[in-house]
Amino acid sequence: MSLNQALPLLVLASSLLPGLLIFTLPEERHLTRSVLNLAGALIKLALVMWMLWGVYNQQIYEARLPFIPGLELVFRVGPLALFFVILSSGLWLFTTVYAIGYLEGSPNRSRFFGFFSLCVTSTVGLAMAGSLFTFLLFYEMLTLTTYPLVVHRGSEAARRAGRSYLAYTVSGGALLLVGAVWLYSLTGTLEFVPRGFVAGLDASQRPALVAIFVLLIAGLGVKAALVPLHGWLPRAMVAPAPVSALLHAVAVVKAGAFGIVRVVYEVYGVEFTSELGVAYPLAGLAAVTILYGSLRALFQDDLKRRLAFSTVSQVSYVTLGVAIVGPIATIGGLVHLVHQGVMKITLFFCAGNMAETLGVHKVSEMNGIGRRMPWTMAAFTVAAFGMIGLPPLAGFVSKWYLSVGALEAGQDWVVLLLVLSSLLNAAYFLPILHVAWFRQPDGPWPQERDFGPRETAWTLLLPPLVTAAVTVAIGLFAVAPFTPLEWAKLISTREFGSP
Amino acid sequence: VPPVHALHWDVVLILLPLAGAMLAFLFPRAGKRLALAIAVATTAVAFALARVLIDDGVQLHQVGGWAAPLGIALRTDGLSMLMLLMTAVVGLGLSFYALVWFRDEPDRGERFWPLWLLLWTALNALFLSADLFNLYVTLELLGLSAVGLAAVAGGPAAYGAAMRYLLVSLLGSMLYLLGIALLYHLCGSVDIALVAQRLSPSPAAWMALALIVTGLLLKTALFPLHFWLPPAHANAGAPVSAVLSGLVVKATFYLLLRLWLELFDSFTPQLDTLLGLLGAAAVLWGSLQALRQSRLKMLIAYSTVAQLGYLFLAFPLAAAGVNAWHGALYLVLSHAPAKAAMFLAAGNLRRHAGHDRIAELDLVAQRLPLSVAAFALAGMTVMGLPPSGGFIAKWWLLEAALGQGMWLWALVLVLGGLMSAAYVFKVVGFAFTRARGEHTACAVPLSMQWVALLLALGSVLLGLIVWPPLALLAVGDPLGLTGAGP
Repeated sequence: MSLNQALPLLVLASSLLPGLLIFTLPEERHLTRSVLNLAGALIKLALVMWMLWGVYNQQIYEARLPFIPGLELVFRVGPLALFFVILSSGLWLFTTVYAIGYLEGSPNRSRFFGFFSLCVTSTVGLAMAGSLFTFLLFYEMLTLTTYPLVVHRGSEAARRAGRSYLAYTVSGGALLLVGAVWLYSLTGTLEFVPRGFVAGLDASQRPALVAIFVLLIAGLGVKAALVPLHGWLPRAMVAPAPVSALLHAVAVVKAGAFGIVRVVYEVYGVEFTSELGVAYPLAGLAAVTILYGSLRALFQDDLKRRLAFSTVSQVSYVTLGVAIVGPIATIGGLVHLVHQGVMKITLFFCAGNMAETLGVHKVSEMNGIGRRMPWTMAAFTVAAFGMIGLPPLAGFVSKWYLSVGALEAGQDWVVLLLVLSSLLNAAYFLPILHVAWFRQPDGPWPQERDFGPRETAWTLLLPPLVTAAVTVAIGLFAVAPFTPLEWAKLISTREFGSP
Repeated sequence: VPPVHALHWDVVLILLPLAGAMLAFLFPRAGKRLALAIAVATTAVAFALARVLIDDGVQLHQVGGWAAPLGIALRTDGLSMLMLLMTAVVGLGLSFYALVWFRDEPDRGERFWPLWLLLWTALNALFLSADLFNLYVTLELLGLSAVGLAAVAGGPAAYGAAMRYLLVSLLGSMLYLLGIALLYHLCGSVDIALVAQRLSPSPAAWMALALIVTGLLLKTALFPLHFWLPPAHANAGAPVSAVLSGLVVKATFYLLLRLWLELFDSFTPQLDTLLGLLGAAAVLWGSLQALRQSRLKMLIAYSTVAQLGYLFLAFPLAAAGVNAWHGALYLVLSHAPAKAAMFLAAGNLRRHAGHDRIAELDLVAQRLPLSVAAFALAGMTVMGLPPSGGFIAKWWLLEAALGQGMWLWALVLVLGGLMSAAYVFKVVGFAFTRARGEHTACAVPLSMQWVALLLALGSVLLGLIVWPPLALLAVGDPLGLTGAGP
């Protein structure tokens, strides 16, 4: 096996092995665990950067392992796969730093970090999956490895949240499985191909293909939190902040959205999707989700739940961009995969900081918090403005491309939707910023911890500051090389064959 | 002329555990060390036989040199070899576990070892036998030693369950024997190959088929003949439950499958559907009952009822091709270590807390992480989620169902998977929480936890390494894939 074939496997191993080792570590081996975690994250990032350079220069990294007769495990790293891999491995590094600080002194850290690494492995595996079968394996593994993190705190509420999480995700996995097997029985292959591989089937198979599309999208829609399959996400917020930040704001929901991108572009092909007449309903579903999530977010007092409903809404921008069926909208949807991840993880980091430092969990407790934690709130503010879509932040770029793409595709209603959504975003974020910066504190904070001269531990503060800075940078310099926007354009031309 | 080897590993595979059983009975104090040595040796011999099989193909051996109609024939093909290996690997793990389990109660241990080795003998002989009457003898030996093992735990619950088990087992064997007698009358032989040549559909042959199938279904505990299984499996000690649920019910399924493929395959398509429907009912009913249980061991026992149901879904699905049999056999193979691991993990949890009430598990994910991990990893096979042997099995079954447009069976597969996820994670969820009130917590030896975990990892590994078992299974073409027949 050549090095180029081995690279995808090495990327997997760089989080799998540390994870397995961490399971065996006794609780008090704090330093060893942190070193293993950070080393894994840095090695993964280095390997990914290597592949980034290769892929930029037209290299494709591919590994095939024999699995069962007729089906191989296929890992193929092209521009699209790399997009998601970079997002997850980059944010994994920040989240690891954050989690080390966040969980300091709490029990069961070996278990936590072990499963955390396995989750990242699953995410990266499904990102690199070169076939729907491989994707499915890692998709299910992601379900299983997140569960212990949801119930990590061991409270009754956590157990119930875990149960609801599984009820949704295991059912979703089952739908995806049935869809995949059915598709396989028709086509005899499940490998992702640019522009899809089902268009050549006999016309009599069309009803079956529509049914399979519904099954696949429903299975993926559970993780992507498409309404009405979103119910698990707000409930899963009982998990510790790093889990909410990386997994429930980025990895898990994006796994669903990423899967939808793969199915539309590389299983069905975007032209065939619209020919089948399933693109419109998908866009409609995404639109409903965008509005519904924002509306529900308005009425949440619990900060993490408000952010969770905001995630429900924002992740569907990706689906919307895909379902509009046009090259520019595609770029908008794809770029939001990264933009939303960076912004939302910042918000969750900040929410975790407030909970950890001051015991503040609710918006109604946040009066005057900007004076007590200026840096945290500054990062929060930047990310919130980005979510609303203020120029020149990352969110604006996504919304701009989505709007222009919709107009180009003749779907003017999307512009109205985006304006409405931005107004709603403002309606649920601006009050938070208002109370935090312009109100006087009510009195002592619910549960204040002392961190000396700094507002909180540096491990907690650094990650959101960096990701907030990234939010500004990828918006401001959106057209510089290697930004998410430029990479999304590269994907659009190279993998989807758009002009 | 059959190939001659210096050592007939197949004969050794029967004689070794048999000698061990007798010695353990005669010298009870040395029983456990002796039994362990025998277990290691038997496993080694099973692998040696597999080696021979891969090199030279099917092994046919006439014991004492007497040819088929008169003598006893032993036949090893890929299917029987897989079963032998499964028994060896799970049996070895169980032997190590039992060594520690019975440390505190040596008198029970003294009763356990001879019975366990006798049961192992019966299993090996059953997988190797090529004639119907010998199969009856092994079946009877298997049933009696299994009942004896079920009674080892002692106490009214175990004795009651063992008694019921005994009656069911005897009834099952009797039905089987009646069927064999009819076949002998029809064909003048009990050699499977000869009977297969001479048998043609007739009312008497139908009767024989009905008797044999009913007897074996009773012993395999297919719904609605499963009533005896949950109490018998749940009230035994952990290593015994693991043997009964992991291995014993598989042996009778193997026998049924073997006779089905070689004798009755062409008889009737309606019976396929009937078996499939019973299997579907078993999947749904067993899963539902498992979900309703408040005691861990009862939950696992009902899960066995459900998992056995999956095996019978293969009968209606197999018409189109090979995938369905592969699926069923792969489930047999991976369910054995998985279910053994589950029962052993349950034994650990019970020893830790002194009870096995699921809702009162007390932070066991922290206190016995290895056992909970074993339960959860084994659960992946039961749920059919990747990576696990159960997932591969389910993929094949689902492929067979959807490929033929048989939606009913696909629906059963999916519903069964969802329900099993519900009951597995019911246990895992409570493993993370704190129980109300104070509980005693006893230490559990690490070795017992590791055996459970290793067996569970075995079932996961089967989901990653699929080619070698498949290649072995193809030796001698026991599933009749190439059209030549077995």
